[in-house]
Amino acid sequence: MACDPKEAALALHRFGFGPRASSILVIAADPRGALLAELERPNAGQIVNADLPSSGAANRAVFEFNAERSAGKKREERRREAATQTAMQNAGGEGMTAAKPDAPAAAASQPEAIPLPRQLFRNEARARFDAAINAEIGLVERLVWFWSNHFCVNANATVMAGGYEREAIRPHVLGHFADMLLAAESHPAMLLYLDNAQSIGPDSVAGVNRDKGLNENLAREILELHTLGVRTVYSQADVTNFAKVLTGWTILPTVSNPDHGGEFSFLGRAHEPGPQTVIGNDYREGGVEQGRAVLADLAHHPATARHVTTKLARHFIADDPPPALVDQLARRFLDTEGDLKEVVAALIAAPEAWASEQAKIKRPNEWIAAVLRATGEPGEIPRILQAGNLLGEPLWRPPAPKGFSDDNAAWLDGLGQRLEIANAFAHREGLGHEPEAVMDTAIGPLASAETRRTIARAESRPQALTLLLMAPEFQRR
Amino acid sequence: MPSRNLVPTRRELLRGSGALFAWALVPGKPRADGRDPRFLTIILRGAVDGLAVVAPVGDPDWPKLRGDKGLASEGPAPALPLDGFFALNPAMPHLHRLYQARQATIVHAVATPYRERSHFDGQDVLESGLTKPGAIDTGWLNRALAMLAPGERVKAQNRQAFAVGPIAPLVVRGPAPVLAWSPPRLPPVGDETTMRLLDLYNHTDPALARALEERIGLAAIAGPGAMTGNADMDRPPVQIGGIEQVRKYFAEAAGAAAKFLAREDGPRVGALALDGWDTHVNEGAVKGRLANLLGALDGAIAEIETNMGGAWRETVVVLVTEFGRTARINGNDGTDHGTATVAILAGGALEGGRVVADWPGLRDTDLYEHRDLRATTDLRSVLKGLLNDHLRLDEEALATAVFPDSRSTPPMPGLLV
Repeated sequence: MACDPKEAALALHRFGFGPRASSILVIAADPRGALLAELERPNAGQIVNADLPSSGAANRAVFEFNAERSAGKKREERRREAATQTAMQNAGGEGMTAAKPDAPAAAASQPEAIPLPRQLFRNEARARFDAAINAEIGLVERLVWFWSNHFCVNANATVMAGGYEREAIRPHVLGHFADMLLAAESHPAMLLYLDNAQSIGPDSVAGVNRDKGLNENLAREILELHTLGVRTVYSQADVTNFAKVLTGWTILPTVSNPDHGGEFSFLGRAHEPGPQTVIGNDYREGGVEQGRAVLADLAHHPATARHVTTKLARHFIADDPPPALVDQLARRFLDTEGDLKEVVAALIAAPEAWASEQAKIKRPNEWIAAVLRATGEPGEIPRILQAGNLLGEPLWRPPAPKGFSDDNAAWLDGLGQRLEIANAFAHREGLGHEPEAVMDTAIGPLASAETRRTIARAESRPQALTLLLMAPEFQRR
Repeated sequence: MPSRNLVPTRRELLRGSGALFAWALVPGKPRADGRDPRFLTIILRGAVDGLAVVAPVGDPDWPKLRGDKGLASEGPAPALPLDGFFALNPAMPHLHRLYQARQATIVHAVATPYRERSHFDGQDVLESGLTKPGAIDTGWLNRALAMLAPGERVKAQNRQAFAVGPIAPLVVRGPAPVLAWSPPRLPPVGDETTMRLLDLYNHTDPALARALEERIGLAAIAGPGAMTGNADMDRPPVQIGGIEQVRKYFAEAAGAAAKFLAREDGPRVGALALDGWDTHVNEGAVKGRLANLLGALDGAIAEIETNMGGAWRETVVVLVTEFGRTARINGNDGTDHGTATVAILAGGALEGGRVVADWPGLRDTDLYEHRDLRATTDLRSVLKGLLNDHLRLDEEALATAVFPDSRSTPPMPGLLV
């Protein structure tokens, strides 16, 4: 195979997280082969890190942390009340000094420990960015980010967002869509985020006794966002029936389950009894199996195949992906019963995937990862997270269950902010890097004559690095 | 946001550099002459147009070169008179006041030994103190500090070099320990950077060009007042096109350096870099971008004077740039990379109120390669003169370790009181 540095650079930007030092050279002999090889790596997509707790363990640890903090505050209040009372009994106003109002202030001025929930979040974020930064190309990590956004949860609603991605998304990015669908919809983080944990069948034991009822949120979003797609083949009746099917999919309460609190549980007494019809199929009563059967059928529905492959092509190739490409991917999806590795392999093999125009603007966090890879800087996680926040892509905090947008228009507005972040980064790190060397690493054969000239004529190294990180060849993929 | 004290405690200072302790242990003798000199170097990256800072208004060839784009003694924005021949940009009233108080000196037609026109290489030569660019990792200011004999002029406890900014400029890096302090405000995106990026987008990527133009438009509508109002809010202010942000950064960075240097137990030698001087397009020397930048620089000088307090009379600030710019205006109402320029000296320790220049003239044949102000003074002689008189570095050290191969360029005498 002919050596093709330009295609190698495209492969790194379009399907990975951008080049690291010499990575264009490393894969230039066979860029497409290198992408496919990344799919075959043992443990591809998995994060091996014993320090990261399971989402259930994180949930329990934070529960304890909150309980202790709350108790600590109450104890402090009690102590103060007692001290005030003693003082008043002793000598009227004068005795007030016994309360020592400056004592707690002195304690607070010591360097404050990072609260557990934030530390857990940072550890998860660090592991995620490390995986992106250290990948040879990063295709599998890009798939993780894509599917995690497709099946998004929100870290504002749960401390389990990082664990969710490791437990529900990563194991299946190169597996079958049906397995990822089941793992995501039955994960406590999702059940909390989309309110299913509190959805109760109206005719279930719990529903009748407590006069509580159905919450359709999860069922609707599965049909609308995760599988078939909005305005496709389902009706309101399908949503309601599916919501009934999913009743009882909930979480063990932590307060009464010190060892398993926060883990998935099927609660039969909240499950709506009886058969249900969803999208023309009848599902007999079977407890948790009823929901699994509906999900399995949804996973293999032609509308699902079209919906998810359209999104995949939009993410990697273009806002309006070529219809022939989507047709081909959807067919591959159905032919392989939703084998996601096969679908991605088909994408890599498609000529439409290799247009020389870089049609997509990198999403903010993709760009941040690319900056770190191009410069070899590990980055500090608080700064990385802050940059994502400023650029409108706060990690694991999408604005809605639909996830972050994959349209260029959504990210163009943030261009000025990217310039500020690039400028700040360049002034912090810029003197240690020769801009032209970083340019060869980062965009190499993609660099236009105009970009090369602009970098060469910059007034200082920090300015040169800023301009490079903002160059179209680096902003786009 | 809690208000933040710009000057850290001594404990915080110490925490900044472990290497500091090695110097703190050098036994010090009492200072010989009872003076305690402060020396601050400001690197102006991007090549400052020296003729726009201090113009030879008395040279009959001057109006022919720049016309109404150049400084003039008459007109709506008359230049501030210095010595009858030279006049200062009207955007720099503070520097003018210091000049009149004999606390500022201008050296004109000055340049480093570098005669090419690449910013990166020019900056390397300027900051390294070597005659050629290349792989260099120490700067002349740091080596000067390392050469100081124990007990002389600078007390042992003050023997660390000090740098302001997210990264220490090359001039201050080297064997002597460097204490770096970064202002909470990062350098704002300068107009120069934004315009270059917009130019690149205009040539290569219309969609990105449109998006960036809209951002600039929004910033212009918000105006400087609105930006100031935003500054304390959680949301970061729009910085593009904001000279106010540049003013604040310049004043804050330079002012903080002065506060550190003024302290009894603080460092005595410091450096910082202020970027944004590469004015190829719409330079605006009299009224416009360069005038605004010079105004910001003037504000920074004033801030240094204020924050130095009583130490100002023992202070020398030197402002230098990698090279000058073309004598003539180019086709875009800007100037291109040139050769000689000005060096600005300010501080109470100076024998000031002078323009030091062996004026080369401005006729076509006077110009270097028919285009640039010719260099008649080697910048190294100025810097060596300051280091010799102010920090008492001996000539041998200056000619070998600090500015290698500079024996034929002796220290300029008489710059200090």
